[in-house]
Amino acid sequence: MNSDVFEPWEDPQAKPLIQFQNVTKRFGEFTAIDNLSLDIFEREFFALLGPSGCGKTTMMRMLAGFETPTEGHILLGGQDIDPIPPNKRAVNMMFQSYALFPHLSVWENIAFGLRRDNMPKHDLDERVEEMLRLTRLEQFARRKPHQISGGQRQRVALARSLAKAPKLLLLDEPLGALDKKLRQDTQFELMDIQEKTGTTFVIVTHDQEEAMTVASRVAVMDQGQLMQVATPDRIYENPASVYVADFIGDVNIIEGRAAPSGEDTYQIDWAEGQAPLTASSSTGFSNGQSCHLAIRPEKVTISAERPADAVNAVQGKVHDIAYLGNLSTYHVELQNGTIIKAQTANTRRISRRSFTWEDPVWLSWTATAAVLLAH
Amino acid sequence: MNRLSWFNTVSLTLGFAFLYIPMIILIVFSFNESKLVTVWAGFSTKWYGELLQNEAFLDAAWVTIRVAVFSSTLATILGTAAAYVLVRSGRFFGRTLFSGMIYAPLVMPEVITGLSLLLLFIGIGLDRGILTIVLAHTTFSMCFVSVVVSSRLITFDRSLEEAALDLGCSPAQAFRLVTLPIIAPAVISGWLLAFTLSLDDLVIASFTSGPSATTLPIKIFSAVRLGVSPEINALSTIMIAVVTVGVITASLVTKRAMVRQRQDEMAAARTE
Repeated sequence: MNSDVFEPWEDPQAKPLIQFQNVTKRFGEFTAIDNLSLDIFEREFFALLGPSGCGKTTMMRMLAGFETPTEGHILLGGQDIDPIPPNKRAVNMMFQSYALFPHLSVWENIAFGLRRDNMPKHDLDERVEEMLRLTRLEQFARRKPHQISGGQRQRVALARSLAKAPKLLLLDEPLGALDKKLRQDTQFELMDIQEKTGTTFVIVTHDQEEAMTVASRVAVMDQGQLMQVATPDRIYENPASVYVADFIGDVNIIEGRAAPSGEDTYQIDWAEGQAPLTASSSTGFSNGQSCHLAIRPEKVTISAERPADAVNAVQGKVHDIAYLGNLSTYHVELQNGTIIKAQTANTRRISRRSFTWEDPVWLSWTATAAVLLAH
Repeated sequence: MNRLSWFNTVSLTLGFAFLYIPMIILIVFSFNESKLVTVWAGFSTKWYGELLQNEAFLDAAWVTIRVAVFSSTLATILGTAAAYVLVRSGRFFGRTLFSGMIYAPLVMPEVITGLSLLLLFIGIGLDRGILTIVLAHTTFSMCFVSVVVSSRLITFDRSLEEAALDLGCSPAQAFRLVTLPIIAPAVISGWLLAFTLSLDDLVIASFTSGPSATTLPIKIFSAVRLGVSPEINALSTIMIAVVTVGVITASLVTKRAMVRQRQDEMAAARTE
């Protein structure tokens, strides 16, 4: 294996920093986390991604110590941290609302945690200055939180939670309150700071783009369970289920029945009077097993004529066009009413667009473009 | 700016006249030369001078201030603690009962509160004096403090406390270093409320005071029964002045702080 690539999760010898061991958390009747096991490694930027109410915030609050598991254990560096209160954990958290202390200046906010450790004054001053430099807040040190902008507050919150050099930093929807442009800049800043400090980051987010951008690995959650844990590209290209495929990005799902037609190749019967589709899959399907074919819109080619060498080609007419500037998404209605989305880059000016509403078109894709999923 | 219609002008005048004419009469006659309260005989400040010579009034004033300071401080500590527990500890057995019970003294007739305290003090053999008045005033004003403080705590962002714990505070440190400084304005206004309640209480104080300690309201009330004197008017005018100055200062200070905060926030938004 190439040693330059950071992939401790592929290495059976690597010791995880955090281990969730069969953790279950119930609030009364409601099960927030359902028998979940997960390893997170040192220096990882790990994203917990899911819709609201999926349990991702509960996971984070258990790591911080504000909740304790109903069953199972959480280990930090091999030590069971369940009985340790939040103020004794080498874990710091950046809150969604930032939770800056309004009565203290930016400087005092950052120094707050260090003072609790009775750090000598000289070291403390140095550490706070270092944090101010890291987050480019030197000129705002004397201001109160309400005297700075939203983006600056976000950086104060980050500086404060990093000041104690925690083993693990938790970020709860850290960029949720920022507008889109600032959020994108801040994402890169976060990655930069994570690399510089070498801290393990666990981020909670419902924004899949954010998770894909910043994280080394993403865990997609739903109803207290992990749906898939993998690198962003694997989550996108090889989703484990229809749920994951649908949650991350845009996807066409075609339901049908699989019939093996060669090594790792299947014919999928999907509609009356339509030729079967061909897809390759490394996971096995039995003859006649129901399956879902997931195809990303950008992997579907749109053309006026049927491409001569196309493995999969279907005919329809343009139902709708979503113009995004750099990209256009064509919603194509097939004869049986199915809508399939195809995305193309707008390499030409819009006045020279090849297709318009109601045009008859062909959609085609290769055998390896789609992912065959059992559920 | 809109001009007031004649109807609004009349209703405003009548309303304020209703509120303030009695007090204005009292203040005017405190500067009366004559000893007769209802007959004007020229301007004079001599009753204020005589007031300073009246030992009984001065003693009563001193007792009243001491009682008000001690009882409002005690009530603030107890009321804040009660509010904190009721707002923060979530659901525990009997929570609704407890929160209902803390507000009951607000509507309880003072005569009943006073009588029951009197019976208690006699029962445990406590001599009536400053201590018993302080205890009685603490009892009835702590629920006012807890109402004021709990309404602030309900809107308090809990993640501030969690952040303090996360950064290494024990729960007690988190309260002292983060919660208390932030809710301080509510605690102070609770204290001021308890202080004024204690200052003008007559009913409960008359049940729980003894021969050794008389508060100003009791003194005024008993003096008036022998006939209203211009001295009483002077004393009341001083009390009105003290309360007015206090209220105006407090509201100016909070208003200025609010205005400054809003300006800062707007300035911060512009530098985004």
